[in-house]
Amino acid sequence: MLEIKDLHASVEGKEILKGINLVVKPGEVHAIMGPNGAGKSTLASVVAGKDEFEVTQGSVVLEGEDLADDAPEERAHKGVFLSFQYPVEIPGVTVTNFMKTAINESRKARGQEDMPANEMLKMIKEKAELLEIDRKFLSRSLNEGFSGGEKKRNEIFQMAMLEPKVAILDETDSGLDIDALRIVAGGVNKLRSKDNAVVVITHYQRLLDYIVPDFVHVLYDGKIVKSGDASLALELEEKGYDWIKQEMAL
Amino acid sequence: MELKDKLVHAFMAFENQLDLDHPVHEVRSAAIKTFEKQGFPNKKMEAWKYTSLKSLEKIDFSLFPKNSPSLEYSAVKEYFLHEVDTYKIVFVDGVYSSYLSETTHQGIDVCLMSAALTKDMYKPVIEAYFNKIAPLEENLTALNTAFSKEGAFIHIPKNTQAMKPIEIIHLATGAASALMLQPRNLIVVDQNAEVQIVERHQSLTENEVFTNAVTEIFADKSAIVDFYKIQNDAHTASLVDNTYIDQKDHSVVKVHTFSFGGKLIRNNLNFYQNGERIDSTMKGVTIIGDKQHIDHHTLVHHRQPNCESHQDYKGIYDGSSTGVFNGKIIVDRLAQKTNAFQQNNNLLISDKATINTKPQLEIFADDVKCSHGCTIGQLDQDALFYLQSRGIGKKEAQALLMYAFANNVLASVRIPELKRRINALIALKLGVQLGFDL
Repeated sequence: MLEIKDLHASVEGKEILKGINLVVKPGEVHAIMGPNGAGKSTLASVVAGKDEFEVTQGSVVLEGEDLADDAPEERAHKGVFLSFQYPVEIPGVTVTNFMKTAINESRKARGQEDMPANEMLKMIKEKAELLEIDRKFLSRSLNEGFSGGEKKRNEIFQMAMLEPKVAILDETDSGLDIDALRIVAGGVNKLRSKDNAVVVITHYQRLLDYIVPDFVHVLYDGKIVKSGDASLALELEEKGYDWIKQEMAL
Repeated sequence: MELKDKLVHAFMAFENQLDLDHPVHEVRSAAIKTFEKQGFPNKKMEAWKYTSLKSLEKIDFSLFPKNSPSLEYSAVKEYFLHEVDTYKIVFVDGVYSSYLSETTHQGIDVCLMSAALTKDMYKPVIEAYFNKIAPLEENLTALNTAFSKEGAFIHIPKNTQAMKPIEIIHLATGAASALMLQPRNLIVVDQNAEVQIVERHQSLTENEVFTNAVTEIFADKSAIVDFYKIQNDAHTASLVDNTYIDQKDHSVVKVHTFSFGGKLIRNNLNFYQNGERIDSTMKGVTIIGDKQHIDHHTLVHHRQPNCESHQDYKGIYDGSSTGVFNGKIIVDRLAQKTNAFQQNNNLLISDKATINTKPQLEIFADDVKCSHGCTIGQLDQDALFYLQSRGIGKKEAQALLMYAFANNVLASVRIPELKRRINALIALKLGVQLGFDL
């Protein structure tokens, strides 16, 4: 489904990703862990198409199609979704209006008509319930004055609405208390299917108790230095990243 | 002949058709002398550093058009808030159009300046208020005063609420030639009275139109006045809007200025606080492009203690448009416990657009809260990426951000239909269709 091949990316001449290889198949959950500054968020941004980063080598391929020339919105239309570590506040645009605009823009790109208003409302209601989001919340300005937990819940709500093929969750667990974490993870699990895939970026094992990964990768200094199954995350939690460094003789 | 000479020469003939015994005659005569002495403002004057009227002064404007065509309502309906019931005072080429208007004398006076200036029953109001806050020594205001004859006259008596909004609409057909208009409005809102007013200048011609308007607003104790200015005129229409507001204790006056079109616009918006616990608010949204020019000059004069003023102006400049924001706040020594806030944020969409923004604070009291902030920038790239990553195209995402940028100014618009219209105008100006609930 998603294939990242020898991906190198830099910002302002500084290389951050130094040859990443990752194959994500439909139905799978991959976790990417690693210390601060390893390049985890950069990887997420590059896949989503942020033009601040320059891809110097390698490729990101979705369902056999190279995304190199695609703008962020085109990647979204093709099924890439990024849950932001720091969702941006947009005063004056309500969550509902934002969602309507996003969905209809995607439909337009696919040559479909706008979603009928009643269908849209029904879908918003359903997905909001999935994430235990209050109706009043939907008429608030996007992310403005939201708590950390509300922001992350709102990200997963957007994921639910947009129904992506590949969702990258960038530190969706940061800033969440245990109840919010349970709701967010529960939402993600309900959205999983044999046709989509999830890439979870996190520092901690905690989230992976709820969203159980099929594969765990350790990203260090711009490269994936170790991959394994869910037990690797437990081992990392126990031994810390120094263990990897020593093992890899880095 | 340059415009100044033409105006000075025209004054005599203008005065001769009017009542020379009326007290306003002397006011007019003094005013034309002031204008004759001062002429048009020029770039050497600090307040006119960035705005030149030179090109307008060279145009051969017709001052008193004859035989203006009659307009069908259907042809100009779009310029009215036609979805809601309103009082209307409508002028075509400076001449009152009774056909398009809907005035009243029931409980409140919504009528004509020409009537107020000539009829005995209005004499006390005219003597008490006419030209009482408009400064005598200001070039263009003096010019307007000299030719003051027609405009809107609104009087809301004590404890009365105007039951529907009042529209003041100035239409210019300029059928024969370039046209200069000088409407003069007087709005008197007595103690504990309330009114909402929407004013619009609209040119229907490709010929040049130059409007030099003066509006005096008097808000007595606890009066509430909402004034909305819609400036979305043709690219050959220029406007100098001089508005002077006198506020007494506990009054609340809000002026919203929406500037989306026109060739040259200069807004001189002046608040004088003559009482305690006054609230003065001025908000503006400017979205212009091409070679358009807009200059917002605001003044709040805090003369008494315990008052507030709020200013919030947002500007979006495209093409090679130029903008000016000059916000002056004076806090007298007597005006302790003043809260004065001023905010001016600008987005420059093109490399060729220019904005000059200047806060000007003169504070003589020591126990006051005054804040001001101005920003000039481009759109937030992280916000843009966020929207794009949700499938919203770059152009729409930019528009959404610009809309969001301007939006908090709209929040205080209290006429829902007007808010919807302004929303739609903003979407139109930004050139996109968005899924907003309008």
